[in-house]
Amino acid sequence: MKPNEILKPTFWKVVSVIIVTAGLYSTFLRFSQGLGATTNLYDTAPWGLWIGFDFLGVGLAAAGFTIAATVHIFNLHKYEPLVRPAILTAFIGYSLVVCLLVVDLGRPENFWHPLVMWNIHSVMFEITWCIICYTTVLTLEFAPVVLEKFKLKAPIKILKKISIPVVIAGVLFSTLHQSSFGSLYLIVPGRLHPLWYSSLLPVHFFISCIAAGLSMIIFESYQVSRAFNEEKGFKNPGLKMEILSGAAFAVYIVLIAGFLLKIFDFISNGKLIYLTIASTETYLFLLEIILGTIVPIALLSYKKFRIDKKWLYIISICVISGLILNRLNVSVTGLAASSGVNYFPSFDEVSITMMLVVLAMFAFRVVVNYFPVFVEEEVHNIALDKKIQLTHIK
Amino acid sequence: MLKEKGILFDETLCVGCGSCYQACKEKNNLPATNKDFLKDHLSDKTFTVVEQYDKKYARKLCMHCTEPSCVSVCLVGAFTKSATGAVLYDADKCIGCRYCMQACPHKIPRYEWGTTQPRVRKCNMCSELVKAGKLTACSEACPTEATLFGDLNQITAIAKKRLSENPKKYYQKIYGLEEAGGGNVLVIASVPFEELGYTPLLPKEPMPAFTMRAMEKIPPVVAVGGVFLSGMYWLTKRKNQLALEEKNHVKEIKRHEA
Repeated sequence: MKPNEILKPTFWKVVSVIIVTAGLYSTFLRFSQGLGATTNLYDTAPWGLWIGFDFLGVGLAAAGFTIAATVHIFNLHKYEPLVRPAILTAFIGYSLVVCLLVVDLGRPENFWHPLVMWNIHSVMFEITWCIICYTTVLTLEFAPVVLEKFKLKAPIKILKKISIPVVIAGVLFSTLHQSSFGSLYLIVPGRLHPLWYSSLLPVHFFISCIAAGLSMIIFESYQVSRAFNEEKGFKNPGLKMEILSGAAFAVYIVLIAGFLLKIFDFISNGKLIYLTIASTETYLFLLEIILGTIVPIALLSYKKFRIDKKWLYIISICVISGLILNRLNVSVTGLAASSGVNYFPSFDEVSITMMLVVLAMFAFRVVVNYFPVFVEEEVHNIALDKKIQLTHIK
Repeated sequence: MLKEKGILFDETLCVGCGSCYQACKEKNNLPATNKDFLKDHLSDKTFTVVEQYDKKYARKLCMHCTEPSCVSVCLVGAFTKSATGAVLYDADKCIGCRYCMQACPHKIPRYEWGTTQPRVRKCNMCSELVKAGKLTACSEACPTEATLFGDLNQITAIAKKRLSENPKKYYQKIYGLEEAGGGNVLVIASVPFEELGYTPLLPKEPMPAFTMRAMEKIPPVVAVGGVFLSGMYWLTKRKNQLALEEKNHVKEIKRHEA
């Protein structure tokens, strides 16, 4: 793009600039005046929008490890075009989460303490280390894309050699911290509303993040195919329906598994009675389950919806909304009743969060513009496969 | 070695004079927060309060759990359980994640929201005084011995004795002995404890056990997961390779036939 084209104001550009400016001002206030002046957090409601957002950010970035495992571990190479977008999404998502965590910390200057001060009994400690390790894994997984651009072949070769152990490590770190976000709340049985509290919380979190992560990929593919079409000079951004239908079928299976587990949890712990009590929590829970689980399962059970791109787009939005509701319910609304205060995020909390979302979207656009993210296959795998083919023919 | 200490609060002896509240403020150099101490609440400037329920008074302070949630959840180990039984906080380690506040079953820790260098604040059972062989400020100040300080086994025995000697006067339970695994602060009263604002229905098990049941599954998950993923990688790769060879083989046969 030419400079004057970049400066040409459009509606979204103006909105983005306003959001980022407001966000920067709020960030300045937050660091100069402290949490009390800029947030609505309270002694009995010490976690708010920022932590809730970290929860759903990590949940939605789960496609990074699911797709990497599908392609590189289970060797289902038809999903290869999804790998790079998924890893980029995960990388940007995790960067956003880390930024937001630093903003949320009371003593951000001490953020490095967990590296040297250990308490291995703490779930938070495990999550911190898993996020550090997994972000490293994502960097290693995405590095070839950047290196390709600059034609640096030697480091790519090294990365290729260690790629499988790196992917396996990534899957393990993800499994651990995705589920551990649920484990964080195991210690508050009296505080978290029983509709969400369960000794199975870590398992619920793990299953739901897979469904939502895959839905995120469907959602993104749709958005990307509209935003980066061939008219604008992008080569392979089109929707590959066969691939997306396959991913949608996986979402279907995972949603059913999650739903069955939830039913088992409710029956075996005698929690069905809570569904009959009319309260804000019950309505939110029902909304979460109907929108995020039952409606998508119903739609996905018809093949005609699974192969229609518009319907897939709608279904993916349902599943994503379900995860967002679930994570916010667990981290904010499910705790509201026991905190005794009505927490609602302040202007500064909202504006900093929105700023980071806008910056993340901007980063995604920039990377996609300059690096080969949407490709048919990983270039080097083709070369390797050909080599194998040749040796076999000989 | 110091013996494990404890505090016994006997509601039936409390006259609601607020001496403990004042003494705590003075000892910890905390500013005045409310003209009427009975209407005050726990905050970063108030580590103990006396609450009024009709004509009864109830003290609230850190319960100094035997297996504290805060110690278990703090990722940098800023909380420790000391030999005297006090649960202590080290502000130099704290990164301010506030998980301790979220996790505490008694909702005790408070935060200095108003500063850019915030600390978690709560009762530390006058650790320095106790180590020097003295009483805590609150029990020293109490004119009626409603707040009693001593070796944990001694004050537990006293509480049990009072309950058994005056079964009509006391509600037959010691709050803090079993709640959330028990702690070093015990409460006895004439009425059920929820009527005095103490958190009811706490499990008898220490709270960290709830987390440990999930945490202890991590090593097997990693081991089994690692083996499973490596195995799947090897299997699926082998399968693809065999399929490829088969294809080539068929091609070659066809070529020969042609």
